[in-house]
Order: sequence, then C-alpha cells, then structure tokens
Amino acid sequence: MPDGRIEDLLRGLAPQVLGVLVRRHGQFDACEDAMQEALLAAALQWPGEGIPESPRAWLITVATRRLTDQWRSESARRGREDVAAAQEPPGVPVAAAEDDTLTLLFLCCHPALSPPSQIALTLRAVGGLTTAEIAHAFLAPEATMAQRISRAKQKIKSSNIPFALPPDAERAQRLGAVLHVLYLVFNEGYTATSGADLQRADLTREAIRLTREVRRLLPADGEVAGLLALMLLTDARRPARTDADGTPIPLAEQDRTRWSRRDIREGVAIVTEALAGAPLGPYQLQAAIAAVHDEAPSAGETDWPQIVALYGLLERIAPNPMVTLNHAVAVAMVDGPRAGLDLLAPLDADARVADHHRLAAVRGHLHELAGDHAAARDQYLRAARRTTSRPEQRYLDARADRLR
Amino acid sequence: MKYMLLIYNNAAAIEAMTEEERNATFGEVDVIMKELTDSGELVGGEALADPSNTKTVRVRDGVPAATDGPYAESKEQLAGYLMVETETPERAVEIAARWPDARYWAMEVRPVMNTAGLEM
Repeated sequence: MPDGRIEDLLRGLAPQVLGVLVRRHGQFDACEDAMQEALLAAALQWPGEGIPESPRAWLITVATRRLTDQWRSESARRGREDVAAAQEPPGVPVAAAEDDTLTLLFLCCHPALSPPSQIALTLRAVGGLTTAEIAHAFLAPEATMAQRISRAKQKIKSSNIPFALPPDAERAQRLGAVLHVLYLVFNEGYTATSGADLQRADLTREAIRLTREVRRLLPADGEVAGLLALMLLTDARRPARTDADGTPIPLAEQDRTRWSRRDIREGVAIVTEALAGAPLGPYQLQAAIAAVHDEAPSAGETDWPQIVALYGLLERIAPNPMVTLNHAVAVAMVDGPRAGLDLLAPLDADARVADHHRLAAVRGHLHELAGDHAAARDQYLRAARRTTSRPEQRYLDARADRLR
Repeated sequence: MKYMLLIYNNAAAIEAMTEEERNATFGEVDVIMKELTDSGELVGGEALADPSNTKTVRVRDGVPAATDGPYAESKEQLAGYLMVETETPERAVEIAARWPDARYWAMEVRPVMNTAGLEM
C-alpha cells in the first residue's frame, strides 16, 4: 500500500487522468480500466522510486500505454493493424481537467444506472478506489461489486451516454442525482459503528472530499454547499455518537466536549453563507438544523423553537415521513410530548413509515417524556423487534429495560 | 439491503420427481442465478445436504448431546439459502417467487441484521 500522501495524490488525480483519456479516446469502460491499472502501477512504484515530476502526465502516459497495448493485441487477434494506428494518442492533452471531474460525476450518477451501480462507479472512476476497497467498505463480495461496476460500464456503452455535461435544462436534476449519491456514500460510512466497521468510516472522508471538490467546481450552488455543511456538521459528532461497544448514544446524551469544533466552525460558516445567498433547498435546511444542535452548549440549551421552524420549512419544500418524525420530536421539546405524539398520529396511515422502527422509537421517547412508562416500554420493544440494525436493537432493548 | 432467501422443500417429494422434472427445475435455478450474478445482486448461497445428514445438538446441564435427525420426511425442511442484496424488499420477494421451490413448498424472505447505527 502507498503511504497516505501518495494515496491522497492518486485519488485526486484519478478523475483528471480519466477525463483526459476519455476525451482523447472515447470508450469510457476501457479508459477506466487503464486508469485503474495506472493507479496501481503508481502505488507500487512511487513509494520506492519517488513521486515523478509531473504525476498526472506519468499516469496518463502509463494508462495510454495500457490502452494501446490492449488495442494492439485486440487488433492483432482480428488481423486489423489499422485500428491501433487510428487510436494512437493524438498528442498533448487539452486542459479542462476540472470540468472533467464534474462531467465524470454526472456520467457515473446517470439516471440510467441503478443507485448501487452509481455509487460503486463513482467511487472507482472519480474516487480512485479499487474494486476490493469498495467491496470491503460495503461488506459485499468483490465479485458482486466487480459485477455492479462492469454492468454500469456496459450500460453506459450500450446506451451511448455521452461524456459531456448535461444540457442546462437537465442540469439541476442531474446535479441532484450526483448529490444524492454523495449523500448515500456519506451515510454508509457514517452509520458504521465500531471495530470491524472502521474501514467503512473512510467512506465519510471520501464523500466529504468529493463534495468539497464539487463545491470548488460549483461554488455558487447552495445545495452543494448545504450538503457539504450537513456532512461536516454531522461528522463533527462522530467521536461522541457511540459508546465503546458501538451502541448509539442519542444526541441529548452525547459528550459535547468530544465534538469536533473545527468541523462545526467550517460547517456553520458554509451553511450561513449559502442561506444568505442561494435559493433555499433541503440540504441547506438540514445543515441549518444540524448547526443549531451543534452550536448548543448543552442539550437543554438547544434552540428548539428555531429547529421547529426549520423542520416546518423542510416539510413544506421536501415533505417526507422521516422529516415529520423529526419535526414531531422538536415540537415535543417546545410544546410538550403530547403535542409531538399528536403530530405522529397521521403517520400510522402512511405505508412508508407505519411499521418503521423509527416511528415506534420516537413514540417510545415521547411517551417516556410524558411519564407513561408502560406505553414507552411497549413502543421501545416494538422498535427493537422491527429494526435491522444490531447496535440500535441493543440500544432500544436497554431503553425498554430501564422502564421495566 | 441484504436479504436471506430461505428455501424450503421436501426431500422425499423431490426424489419422487422424474429426472426430466428435476432437470427442468435445475434449469430454472441456473437462469435465475445467472441473472442475479449479472445484476450484482447475488451475495452468496449454499444448498444443504439431505436432512438425513442432520445432527441436532443440545447442551443440558453443561453436557452436549448430538443426535441424528430429525427425519420428518413428510415435512418441509430448510434445503438451502440464497443471499441477495436488492434495492427494495419487493425485489427480494420477486426473486423468491421465481424460485421453483416456491411453487410447491415455500421460500422465506428474511432481512439480514446489519451493524449500522443511526443515519444522519
């Protein structure tokens, strides 16, 4: 394995190198394989031989050599030497490396691909991770992950998806898909709890790195800024969010001195700037809510009326039952647990959430606040039965046990 | 989300099938397995040996005892499993419904517990 500095350098260069290759040669799938081989060659050679003077040019040269070798052997098989000749690289690459990263993100997150394929391809082609690393992070066999990636590449080829920025009319929607993939990558890493999962936590770092990159390319977009702020403000609580066994610790009980002040400062600054300028969007609102929590010196000093107002806005522009759940908790903190429970009642008729463990968990919490321990215990046990997360189940069972 | 698809069948009834019927069933299974491999949804799976190879283990008062069986030949028994990762629970049910054993016996679709904590 390369040392950290080389690894960071390679990950940053990966999309630039791939962009150059694809613009020169077309054939995204073959170029992506060649780029991976060049990254591997660099990871093996650079620690011993030193980093070349122009790392990017080195990678492009090695990847291009792989491509032409491959085409030569293919054309030899087919007895058509002219193919290789026609595909010789036509000289020095044009710049535009930054646009390439964005173009690649749009390509990897194309709506024709399934979300698992979008995620896997983004991490490989834009993030420069190997298939083995992605498989490990998602707890899937390497063969499964390799298949997802190759299927995505086939789909790009067979659908003739162009290597170009989407037309203006589609741009906002396509950017939404890119941000959603980055959000999913972050969440996958963030929900990792402990021990064997630690490598999964690298996904949050990778998601933050890629989102930073998108923000650098699209500095005026409020939702890009909102998502980056949301990630930073959420990740800031990582050191305090689980105990030594990986059991989740609720926000109200976390040791706030362990939160990362640096991440909070940066996240707050980014979301404040976005809210002042750009049109309002769901990521900005979620980041604003996270900021209010992160800035409260203690759980008791949280500005709940402001959180209620922000959830109210979020429910208007992006209604979804999970938002309603969180809104109800905030309302309970301002107007009392009964008011919160009343807001939850309509969710029993919503098939998306009626049997979801989070609905029962929130009810348990609100009943406990209201002093109705029997009802709280019932709901905690119901939530524990419904959840598919083992740490969460342990937490909910413990909660129920306390009220026995 | 990962799901384990538990395959239940009756070994005696499978023995009673003609070779042609058995081959047709295996052919159906091959088609589904290829599709799941190609789509990247297949995570794993194994077939279990005939129930007559089963040992049941119990520890009572700290003393382990292994007995052969049970041989409930008339009953549906666990014959194997398939592990898939699908985007929706509906897709997992759809895969189970196409597995030939579902037509005669039953498939169970069980979500697999994970170690994830709270989402952001």
